[in-house]
Amino acid sequence: MSPQAVGTAARRAWRGVCWYLRELSGEARWDDYLQHCARHGHEPVSRREFERRRADEAERNPISRCC
Amino acid sequence: MSTTVSRPEAGGRPPEGTGRRRPSMKSILVWSAVAAVGAVAWTVLALSRGESVSALWMLFAALCSYAIAYRFYARFIAYRALQVDDRRATPAERLGNGRDYDVTDRRVLFGHHFAAIAGAGPLVGPVLAAQMGYLPGTIWIVVGVIFAGAVQDMVVMFFSMRRNGKSLGQMVREEIGIVGGVAALIAVFAIMILILAVLALIVVNALAESPWGVFSIGLTIPIALFMGVYLRVLRPGRVLEATGIGVALLLLAIVAGGWIDNSPLAEALTLSREWLVLALVVYGFVASVLPVWLLLTPRDYLSTFMKIGVIVLLAGALLIARPVIQADAITDFAREGTGPVFAGNLFPFVFITIACGALSGFHALISSGTTPKMVAKESQVRLIGYGGMLMESFVAVSALIAAVVIDQGLYYAMNAPAGVTGGTPETAAAWLGGLGFDTTAQDLAAASAAVQEPSLISRTGGAPTLAVGISEIFSTAFGGGLQAFWYHFAIMFEALFILTAVDAGTRVGRFMLQDTVGNVWKKFGDLSWRPGNIIASAVVVGLWGGMLYIGVTDPLGGVNQLFPLFGISNQLLAAIALTLCTVLLIKHGKLKYAWITAVPLAWDLIVTMTASYQKVFSDIPAIGYFAQRDRYATALEAGELLAPAQTPEQMQQIVTNSTINGVLQSFFALLTLVVVANAVVVIVRAIQARGPVPTTEEPAVPSTIVEPSGLFATPEEKRAMAEQERLVGAGARGHGTFTEEGPAR
Repeated sequence: MSPQAVGTAARRAWRGVCWYLRELSGEARWDDYLQHCARHGHEPVSRREFERRRADEAERNPISRCC
Repeated sequence: MSTTVSRPEAGGRPPEGTGRRRPSMKSILVWSAVAAVGAVAWTVLALSRGESVSALWMLFAALCSYAIAYRFYARFIAYRALQVDDRRATPAERLGNGRDYDVTDRRVLFGHHFAAIAGAGPLVGPVLAAQMGYLPGTIWIVVGVIFAGAVQDMVVMFFSMRRNGKSLGQMVREEIGIVGGVAALIAVFAIMILILAVLALIVVNALAESPWGVFSIGLTIPIALFMGVYLRVLRPGRVLEATGIGVALLLLAIVAGGWIDNSPLAEALTLSREWLVLALVVYGFVASVLPVWLLLTPRDYLSTFMKIGVIVLLAGALLIARPVIQADAITDFAREGTGPVFAGNLFPFVFITIACGALSGFHALISSGTTPKMVAKESQVRLIGYGGMLMESFVAVSALIAAVVIDQGLYYAMNAPAGVTGGTPETAAAWLGGLGFDTTAQDLAAASAAVQEPSLISRTGGAPTLAVGISEIFSTAFGGGLQAFWYHFAIMFEALFILTAVDAGTRVGRFMLQDTVGNVWKKFGDLSWRPGNIIASAVVVGLWGGMLYIGVTDPLGGVNQLFPLFGISNQLLAAIALTLCTVLLIKHGKLKYAWITAVPLAWDLIVTMTASYQKVFSDIPAIGYFAQRDRYATALEAGELLAPAQTPEQMQQIVTNSTINGVLQSFFALLTLVVVANAVVVIVRAIQARGPVPTTEEPAVPSTIVEPSGLFATPEEKRAMAEQERLVGAGARGHGTFTEEGPAR
């Protein structure tokens, strides 16, 4: 494998890890929302407001943690 | 291999993946190699007696078995028996609302599902089961997960998905009957309380008399609060940033615990078990009524990332350290049933004790309800349900390894109740000598000095033992003489997600209580009614706190007494879930596949009913709760004291506790039998009907999304996804649905 190929593979792997962590932690939901708004021509709410609504939702739907 | 891409226009074809295809030469070679390595590993484990065996054989035996099971058995169940159909839209696609129903990437959902099912159970159960030797535990963890645990998780997830994500209780009520439904509801609630009590007991035992542990675990609360404020006020939504800071602070808290340990503060932080119970109860109550963003959510981020991090680290460290197994393959305790960690014979008690790593009824609560509402494609239940459970089982095998590679004298000294070991290195060493171990008092003292704990004698509950095992493996693998750090790191890691489970469990229990009572008293069911929240939280915390107190003060040792009760009730819940699966397979006209869940169900019923019977009716006081009660009650009347009780009050306490445990045990078994009896009636009717009978399954709606079914997309799936992208337009495959007024979740 050439150094460039290794570099490309490493960059791809790093991007993959970042993508996964952002998705898993729910951080990427904001990006999805912005995209959604752009596609439908909505005016997005502020990030603060957005996260508040997500928190309110979590308040109503507790996710059980197992033993 | 996998060809389960669906195209909406391909209406008439049979679901793909069901057709036989000639396997390629490469595939034959690869799978033959996996089978060969697995077979060699199992042979080494089973046949070696006396010679030194590397623990890596346990790891390889498990991994090869999982791979084969996932590739062949899980596939068979998904495509032949369940007939997953990717042309059919999942509830996430049909009902997507950006809140609970939401199409989620399979890999991300796998992470969420795994984080929800994995907890302290698979870590603690195998450690206790190591009393029987390494072989019975390894066999049951691997065989159990392949044929029972992972099957249950996947099948429940599938049926719940076909019913818009209904909960286990709802499905039992609608598909089996009202009697079974009510019994299942009560069982779920009661078992949840018991699980919370046992989990909290493990934390108490790990933190008692340990100023280092108390300090660093105590600091997790302000750290979580800080993260909560950070995410709410300072930088909303920057979860990774906040979690990074949180983890760094957490590590600092562990290091700082070491400084505290040698300072005058140590005495103030040396808490008795009773004080810790009080602290946990107050904490549980406050956490349950506080808004989730302040404590629960940030704590959950910490615990999820720590969990995944430690599992990856442990797997890596095992490969580097290559520890040697110290335990016997099968111990004398397994043959005689006289073990100090928990009483009873190999059958049925090894199956009861391992619980979560092989089969966990509690998973059915997560596999129904939360996860199925987010699955993108039906065929993904194989990856998420079956695969997620395999991963949990892998954690259980790692925990078992940690317990069997430490000095076995130390293992028994740590896990036997204080009434047996006497509580000091000298008395413990004398007792160990009687058992045939040559571990000396100096060895025991050196072991506690190495991890900087005042004492390791009778630190029951499994968590300290696991922490000792992990600290040995990590310090061998990574060097640096950091054993004390790694010990407290492991304790922190366990306590962190036990406390998260206690927080979340209390909240879920409160919701269940409010919902149920709300049927009679409407106002109480209103989740935004503050007094209702407070009363329900207090009831839930009071119930598990009460059980916890009973366990903590039990002269016979709480873990010794309560863990079997916990294990049996978890397996009884699994029996309820497997009963539902069997009923549904038959109702759907798949009688010829009913064995897939009926066989594990039969096994589970044999195990749990034998164990319940012994716990209730055995005339050996160490096993039967009522025999124990009679023994102590008779002695109490005659004015005698029986060890380990030292006062008449303790005698009375044993009598009361044995009665409570015995009654609970009978009650859980009875509830399960009610569900099974009700199910038998339904099954007989369905078989007489000769063919599918009506169920509450939602009608099929064609799907328009294209997603791979396995972890990696096959070339065909990639082509189909590119095609879809071209037709619908770039970006349309992005996840997330949002309502007009904005976001959720």
